[in-house]
Amino acid sequence: MPPEPNSTHHVKDVIFISFKKNLRQYTMLIALAVIWLVFTYLTGSLFLSPRNLSNLFLQSSTIGILAIGMTLVLVSGHLDLSVGSVAGFVGATAAVLQVNHNWSTGPTIIASLIIGVVIGLWQGYWISYRKIPAFIVTLSSMIAFRGAILGITGGRTLGPMNDNFKLVGQGYVPSLFFKPVTQLDAMGNVVKDSFGEPVSGFQSIFSNTFYMGDHPPFNGVTVLLAVVCIVSYIFFQLKKRNSRIKYGFDVLPGSFEFARIFFFTLLIAAFFSVMAVYMGIPYAVLIVLILGLVFSVLTNSTTFGRHLYAMGGNVEAAKLSGINVKLRVLGVFVLMGLLTAIAGLVLTARLNAATTAAGQNFELDAISAAIIGGTSTMGGVGTVFGSIIGALVMASLDNGMSLLDLDITWQYVVKGGILLLAVWIDISTRKKM
Amino acid sequence: MNLAYALEMKNIEKKFGPVTALSEVNFCIKKGEIHALCGENGAGKSTLMKILSGFYPNGDYEGEVFVNGILQKFHNTTDSERVGISIIYQELALVKELSICENIFLGHEKTKRGFIDWNLSHSLAKDVLKQVNLNMNPSTKISELGIGEQQLVEIAKAIAKNANILILDEPTAALTESEADNLLNILKELKKQGKTCIYISHRLKEIFQIADSVTILRDGKTVSTHLCSELNEEKLVTKMVGRELTNIYPRKELKKGPVAFEVKNWTVKHPETGSKILDDINFSVHEGEILGIAGLMGSGRTELVTSLFGAFGVVTSGSVCLDGKKLNIKREADAIAAGIGLVSEDRKKNGLVLGMDIKQNTTLASLRSISNFGLIDDNKEIFSSRKYVRELGIKTNSIEQYTGNLSGGNQQKVVLSKWLMTNPRVLILDEPTRGIDVGAKYEIYSIINHLLQNGVCIIMISSELPEVLGMSHRVIVMHEGKINGEFHYQDASQEKIMHCATGTQFNTPR
Repeated sequence: MPPEPNSTHHVKDVIFISFKKNLRQYTMLIALAVIWLVFTYLTGSLFLSPRNLSNLFLQSSTIGILAIGMTLVLVSGHLDLSVGSVAGFVGATAAVLQVNHNWSTGPTIIASLIIGVVIGLWQGYWISYRKIPAFIVTLSSMIAFRGAILGITGGRTLGPMNDNFKLVGQGYVPSLFFKPVTQLDAMGNVVKDSFGEPVSGFQSIFSNTFYMGDHPPFNGVTVLLAVVCIVSYIFFQLKKRNSRIKYGFDVLPGSFEFARIFFFTLLIAAFFSVMAVYMGIPYAVLIVLILGLVFSVLTNSTTFGRHLYAMGGNVEAAKLSGINVKLRVLGVFVLMGLLTAIAGLVLTARLNAATTAAGQNFELDAISAAIIGGTSTMGGVGTVFGSIIGALVMASLDNGMSLLDLDITWQYVVKGGILLLAVWIDISTRKKM
Repeated sequence: MNLAYALEMKNIEKKFGPVTALSEVNFCIKKGEIHALCGENGAGKSTLMKILSGFYPNGDYEGEVFVNGILQKFHNTTDSERVGISIIYQELALVKELSICENIFLGHEKTKRGFIDWNLSHSLAKDVLKQVNLNMNPSTKISELGIGEQQLVEIAKAIAKNANILILDEPTAALTESEADNLLNILKELKKQGKTCIYISHRLKEIFQIADSVTILRDGKTVSTHLCSELNEEKLVTKMVGRELTNIYPRKELKKGPVAFEVKNWTVKHPETGSKILDDINFSVHEGEILGIAGLMGSGRTELVTSLFGAFGVVTSGSVCLDGKKLNIKREADAIAAGIGLVSEDRKKNGLVLGMDIKQNTTLASLRSISNFGLIDDNKEIFSSRKYVRELGIKTNSIEQYTGNLSGGNQQKVVLSKWLMTNPRVLILDEPTRGIDVGAKYEIYSIINHLLQNGVCIIMISSELPEVLGMSHRVIVMHEGKINGEFHYQDASQEKIMHCATGTQFNTPR
């Protein structure tokens, strides 16, 4: 007995189902907001300063990239314990290539990515075609690559990296409308400060106004990116809504839909504003955003993504529906290898060196981030968006507690506790629905 | 409150979000009777039993539950076990890697100073096994037992817990006729010993065989309670569905087309043990024909169809032809591409991804047809899944409903949708109506008939002989991996098929 369309009961159902489907994402955002508010209060709003937020996003980037891959792995019903060691290994390889062999940045990056893919193929082969549980295969890699790091670095810290390589982990997108200048007075003489040093700052390329400080008043590329993002977000949402209406499918009532679009537009705008008024968006964060977008599309809208959810939900049913499960699992681990390599590169670039301890425990952080973000360890459930938010939650905890100068002992205890709490909230809200 | 009642449930109401599953349900069981609970899928039987077993704790529902006249507030399943209620679910809850004895006393281990007293456990286990006619060593692993024997172990477990009220949810759904008869006899025996029993089954014949009274649920409400002697099958069905069902098996007369699907010398080995599972199987199916496959559990029926589908075993010899063309099926995807669909035996285990919604399950086997360059077209997906929801009459308020929340009949229709969407030339149905109520069964038969008109070949496996006899145009009977008989439906009878299935008689294919 299908309910008549447009009846109030039916509209309620549509809202309820839409709410239920997105419930996790909303709870994630609310949880993140609560954590931020608590730290803002405790640090006397230091936490919410653009500088700190920019740092926070930068800090979360490595785990964010790993968490994206971990989502794929967990959704398809597997686990990857090796990402920390492999990221460390790939980062160390890059350092060896640049420091010991003087490779330039382009070839270094390409070689590192290839190494990541090969490691992914290796692990995927054992898991798919030799039927060894992923837990064991990746545990073995986790141990082995920790040793390999010691082997190729000779147990030393390798650095520094080339300047353009460092950009990947430390750089910001160009400011575009401003150029760095020293302040000149009306006569054209260099203005000097009380130490006798020239006063440096920025000047708009359109006017002669001088802005003092270590970064321009706003970052042009970031503003442009913000405009592109918001316009395309609104465009795609409206396009989707219109085509659903055209086909006569259920849509949320207009006011709800617009409130939702408005809310997310506001979030995007807030994010880019914070980045724009500081140094601009860091390349590493840009990488996370692009990867997040690409992998969200991959998981939500492609047959490959759908197959992963089906395999994780019920591998027998997936096989009987004609899905080549082995090949898909291989694909997942290759993608994980690629993402791990990217994370390793970002890490080495940010530290400007490869250390033997690089990447240690990253697998646990990445798994925690994915789980906090609503990904199920049982497979079949999870979103890339959620996992990135999960990575932000983890980074926020690290960042906030460091600002508070909390003892490292308690930092670990709190992070562990939050993981448990997140899963508990997730499970108890799911039962109620 | 009446002391003659072993169990009373009064004005039960239960909601899931905005959906009302039960309302104004009243359910009273007299002491020492076998009381059947009937209703279509989705009528609320399982929900009601979950309230009774404490799965939904007190406060999650409205209404009152009395056991032996005392108001009960169960917080969990242990609470309900304590007052002597034991529920045996459709999906057996045994630990496969533990022994019969360990399973029987699981959670109630017989201990002496904190250690398990194995001697006592074994002798007690032997006693209860005797009560259920299961002559087996209690240290046998569950994984070595057949499904019928496992069912008996479940009952033994309940007896060992001193349960006074036994609830059996579709106990015979997976059993062969003789296993089912054995089970029914054991229940009668238990009744003599004073146990009360709630019996849920879609096999109406069984209800009239053993039940004293019957309560009928429809759309989450109690319709009525009767003594079985006041009813007959037809009246019961009418009360369940609220309408008259003219013919349970709407067989279409065969418009015999040419042979479309042909299997020759099909021999298959088990992938691990290497033993021969199927031995020289030959059969063919005509266009627009239903070929029934009968046989006991373990006779190789499921193995036959899964191996044809490329999903089981090592094929050592044999060929498959469709429309005169030889097929080379190495894996499931090849079979689907060739135009073969397989509605597998166990819809929850092999058919559906329960955590996905109706839409995603419907399109799972034909994603390519609704996507461009690997990108799924949302609109096409919604469009096609809506089409099947409408055509097959799937009861849901949204195609974005999780299939785990659907009733058995609706779940089966989603599985059918998935295969219909692949446009099969040959559709294999393995136990298509197991655990499904009469109304939904009839709907599924109608869908099958509709497919025949389009020239699809149907291969149907069923453990329910009346179904095989009622729907098929031809029946082949399997026994120990071989075809042991073939009948035109007019020549077949339950007795003849059982003889072939048990190997006491042969009927050489013409």
